[in-house]
Amino acid sequence: MPSPEPVKTPTLSLVAPADAATAAATPLVTMSKPPAAETSQPVAPVKPKMRPLLERVTRDQVVAALLGCASILTLFVVWYLGTKYRLEFYIRFKNVPTPYEVFQQAVDVGLSSAFLTNVLYSVKRILLGFFIAIGIGVPLGLAIGRYKRVANLFMPVIEILRPIPAIAWVPMSIMLWPNNEASIVYITFIGAFFPILLNTVHGVHALDGVLIRAGRVLGASELQLFRHVILPGAMPSIFTGLAVGMGVAWVSLIAAEMISGQFGVGYFTWEAYSLVNYPAIVLGMITIGVLGLVCSGAIRIAGKLLMPWLAFAPGSKK
Amino acid sequence: MDTQTGHVDVRNVGVVFGAGDTEVTAVNDVNLHVEPGEFVSLIGPSGCGKSTILSIVAGFLNPSSGAALCDGKPIAKPSSERGVVFQQYSLFPWLTVRKNVEFGLRMAGVDQSTRNVTARSLLDLAGLAAFENHYPDQLSGGMKQRIGIIRALATSPRVLLMDEPFGALDTQTRVVMQEILTNIWQQFRISVLFITHDIEESIFLSDRVYVMTARPGRIKAEIKVPLPRPRTPDMHDAPEFVELVHELKGLIREESLAAMAPEIKQGGLAGFGMKVGPQSVGEIYGSAPDALRKN
Repeated sequence: MPSPEPVKTPTLSLVAPADAATAAATPLVTMSKPPAAETSQPVAPVKPKMRPLLERVTRDQVVAALLGCASILTLFVVWYLGTKYRLEFYIRFKNVPTPYEVFQQAVDVGLSSAFLTNVLYSVKRILLGFFIAIGIGVPLGLAIGRYKRVANLFMPVIEILRPIPAIAWVPMSIMLWPNNEASIVYITFIGAFFPILLNTVHGVHALDGVLIRAGRVLGASELQLFRHVILPGAMPSIFTGLAVGMGVAWVSLIAAEMISGQFGVGYFTWEAYSLVNYPAIVLGMITIGVLGLVCSGAIRIAGKLLMPWLAFAPGSKK
Repeated sequence: MDTQTGHVDVRNVGVVFGAGDTEVTAVNDVNLHVEPGEFVSLIGPSGCGKSTILSIVAGFLNPSSGAALCDGKPIAKPSSERGVVFQQYSLFPWLTVRKNVEFGLRMAGVDQSTRNVTARSLLDLAGLAAFENHYPDQLSGGMKQRIGIIRALATSPRVLLMDEPFGALDTQTRVVMQEILTNIWQQFRISVLFITHDIEESIFLSDRVYVMTARPGRIKAEIKVPLPRPRTPDMHDAPEFVELVHELKGLIREESLAAMAPEIKQGGLAGFGMKVGPQSVGEIYGSAPDALRKN
């Protein structure tokens, strides 16, 4: 960034105010970090002063955004060139639809009620499976982490079931559950459950014992300890579990929908393949990608909102 | 504060860890007491079981023999009647400074506005009012320990137990913290049992100092500190102070050496070019005091 010429002679004084203004603005734009917390006394730490949006955009952020666009653009260019010239070099672009065909498909189908129904089915299954996994995995994980006897009781069965991939549950799940919907939700649940459970257990184990003792001498009952010390203390680890669990849940859901489903994005994608509707395959894939992105983004945002203190935790700043 | 509560009585307490071959006697027949409103230090070489005694009074640990009583009642489990300030930073990182201070009151079901008022006045006292909305990770070590102290005071405990609270701080911060602590104590006049290995710290803060022996820890001596209250930094240079430091150093030195006797016998210090064996213990200290005096 060029620094403005210093004012040398009085004849330039007319220009000076403008120059001074840029000089003042420049450091604001390039400054990437606020001053250290301890010196910025009474200013509320969580809400920095609102500055005009443009001034808050740092050069670092601009570079990051440009690189991000470049990587996505590269993907499209490779796809475009591959399909335009029908490249064949072991990988075969012969049947791959062009970006434009997929775009056409998205326009034709994307807003149709049939397609939206598929999306809604998948989202409903994910949310059900995921939240049931949270509802069981987090409390059970807290109890296993806190009480040795609970761990003795549950860990053997967990260690046996855990290595079985959710997809391997598909046939059993169809037999086990009364209807298709329940069996798909179950497979999604299985996918999310183990990462959530094990990360919760890990979070409790990793909690510094002095915090538990501090809670106890401050008068917390066992129940209050869970609510006010163990749960928040394990929260960062729980959120790691949620992020991993959400990823595995999507994998499991799509596989289940492809094999046994009716409705759902996985079903849509597999059906497109069966009907030789190649652009729809890519549309289905992109839809899955976007939905997965939205879900993990939602978890990250929820994590930031629920755990504002992590912004100051040691190791959070490079 | 009612000065008639806050009496701590430790009677013939012994603690044995493990069993059989691995049995270790941590402390043996310890007797000590803290009178209401009295500031008492417990000092001794490292590993002597000072912190074990504190754990018993806090209620984290039950003695193998003997009993610990607070205001005549046996101590069985942790309670907000006995506040603890830990050596490690023990603030809840997910709570702001003010919420940390409010924690004990919140557990006791005190309503939000009362909690707020109490926390704010304590934060004022500790000079940390401006930081009430900060998170602990934004603060320096000295600030965290000051908050640890007022958090323990917020529930109006009968006695405050402090386990080397300034042990992790640098020397300059530590001296300032001692002054802050004595000022805070002056306002509350609460019973304090203070664990430390820092001789000057124990004298500067206390009314009485107990000296413990090397493991298995016993009470070796009990020393009254005749310095007037309130304590001020210039008292460090008072003749009584210097004399007490000298006396305590002598007492502790013997115990530190006793604690290291096995190492010395095994020739662990021969590498330093020192003579080994019981007779030369005094000489060792004469030649390389700093290396050994650090408990």
